Amino acid sequence: MAEEIKKGLVLLDFWVSPFGQRCRIALAEKGLPYEYSEQELLGTKSELLLRSNPIHKKIPVLIHDGRPVNESLVILNYLEEAFPDAPPLLPADPYARAQARFWAAYSDKVYEVGSRLWKTKGEAQSQARAEMLQVLGNLDGELGEKPFFAGEKFGFVDLALVPFMPWLTPSFERYGGFSVAEVAPRLAAWADRCMERESVAKTLYPGEKVDEFITLLKKKYGIE
Amino acid sequence: MSQPETVKLINAFGSPFGHRAEAALCVKGVPYELILEDLGSKSELLLKHNPVHKFVPVLLHGDRAVAESIVIIEYIDEAFEGPPLLPADPHGRAEARFWAQFIDHKFSRPFWLSFWMEDGPRKEAFVKEAKENLALLEGQIKGRRFFGGDDIGLVDIAAGGLARWVGVFEEVAGVRVMSDEEFPDLCQWAERYVSHESVNKCLPSRGELVALYSSWKEMYMQVAKVKFSS
Repeated sequence: MAEEIKKGLVLLDFWVSPFGQRCRIALAEKGLPYEYSEQELLGTKSELLLRSNPIHKKIPVLIHDGRPVNESLVILNYLEEAFPDAPPLLPADPYARAQARFWAAYSDKVYEVGSRLWKTKGEAQSQARAEMLQVLGNLDGELGEKPFFAGEKFGFVDLALVPFMPWLTPSFERYGGFSVAEVAPRLAAWADRCMERESVAKTLYPGEKVDEFITLLKKKYGIE
Repeated sequence: MSQPETVKLINAFGSPFGHRAEAALCVKGVPYELILEDLGSKSELLLKHNPVHKFVPVLLHGDRAVAESIVIIEYIDEAFEGPPLLPADPHGRAEARFWAQFIDHKFSRPFWLSFWMEDGPRKEAFVKEAKENLALLEGQIKGRRFFGGDDIGLVDIAAGGLARWVGVFEEVAGVRVMSDEEFPDLCQWAERYVSHESVNKCLPSRGELVALYSSWKEMYMQVAKVKFSS
C-alpha cells in the first residue's frame, strides 16, 4: 500500500542544535504550526532522516507535505517563500536581502570557529581564538548602534545568529579565553535584547546546558 | 526618466568564483563594467567594498556593494529584469539553493586538494571524495539540459567552475578526476554550459587559464603541503 503523504510541517531536529533552533524560532515568529520530531543523532539515525537528507544525513530537515527541505538557511528562505502571508523575516528590498543573506551565512563562522576552540589545543586553538575575535568584531561592527541587524525589527540575521549565543557564553568564551561583553559589547547587548522575544526565550537553552552538552561530546570523541 | 545605475564587477582574471558573478550578469542581460583586480596587491576599491573577506567577486550597483558569489547571483536575480535564475516554486528554489550550497561547502575543498596535494594515500582519499561528489551531481543532471531545467540557472552558474576550470586543473596538475567515461552526463552538461551564448562571452579560454594556473602550480602545491603537513 502506498505511504500516505503527511500534510503540514514536520521538523526533524535535535534539541540543542543551533541550526535547528534557527528554524524553530522562524516557525514561531511566523506563527506556523508544526510537528517537532526529536532525532537520535549520537546513536542510530532514523530511516526518515536518512531518506529525507541522504546527502548530508543531518538535521534540521523541514518536511512540508511530505517533501523535505535541507540546510537551515535554505529552510529559512523556503519558509519566506512558501508562506507569503506569514510575517516576513527578510526585508523586501533586494539589496537589504543580499545584506541579510551575506550576514546570515557569515554567522555560521561563530559555530565553525567556536567548535575548533573546544576541539583543538596549542597553535590550532590560538588561531581559532584569533579568528573568533575577528568574527565577533565584524558582527559587532555590522550591528553598530542598531537594535537589530536590519534596523528596528528582529529579522533574518538576528535569528540566524542568536542560537550561537548560548554556545559563546560560557563555553566558547572559556575555551578561548575571551569575553563577548568585552570584545563585542554591542553584540552582547543585542543578545539580551533578543532574549526578550518569546520565540527566542522559549527556544534557546541556557549556556550551562550547552556547556554540559559540549563536555558530553568531548567525552564521546575522546577529546581531553 | 532616471538613468539606470551603473553596474561594475570587481573580479580577478581566472577566478571561478568571479566567473559566477559575470555569468549571472550575462545570462540576465545586465550590462556591466569589469574591473580586474591583481590579487597580489588588492586595490582600495576592493578592500573598501569587501572588508570582511577581501575576496572577489564584488558587485557594485550604484553605491551598493554585494559580496559572496552565491549572494551576488541571488541579488542579480532579484534586482534586475531578465530570465529568472531560480525556478518560481518555493520547493524548486529550495532545491537550487541546497545544491548551490553543496557545491560551495562540500565540493570545493576535496576537489582543490585532489589536484594540488602531493601524491599519496591522502591525495587518493580526496580524489575519491571528489568523485563521490561528482557522482551526486551526475545524478542531478541526468535527463536535464541544465541543472536549472531548459535553461541556465543558479546551480549551473555555481557549478560553472566544473565546466571550464576542472579541465584546466586536470591538465596543469596531471590528475584526472572528471572523465567522460565515469561522468558522461556531467561532461555533456559542461559542453553545453561553456557553449551557451551568454556564458561563452564572459568565459576565459582554456588556453589562457592553463597558462595562468601553470604559473601558480608551484604556489598551490606549497599551500596544499603546508595545510597538510603533519
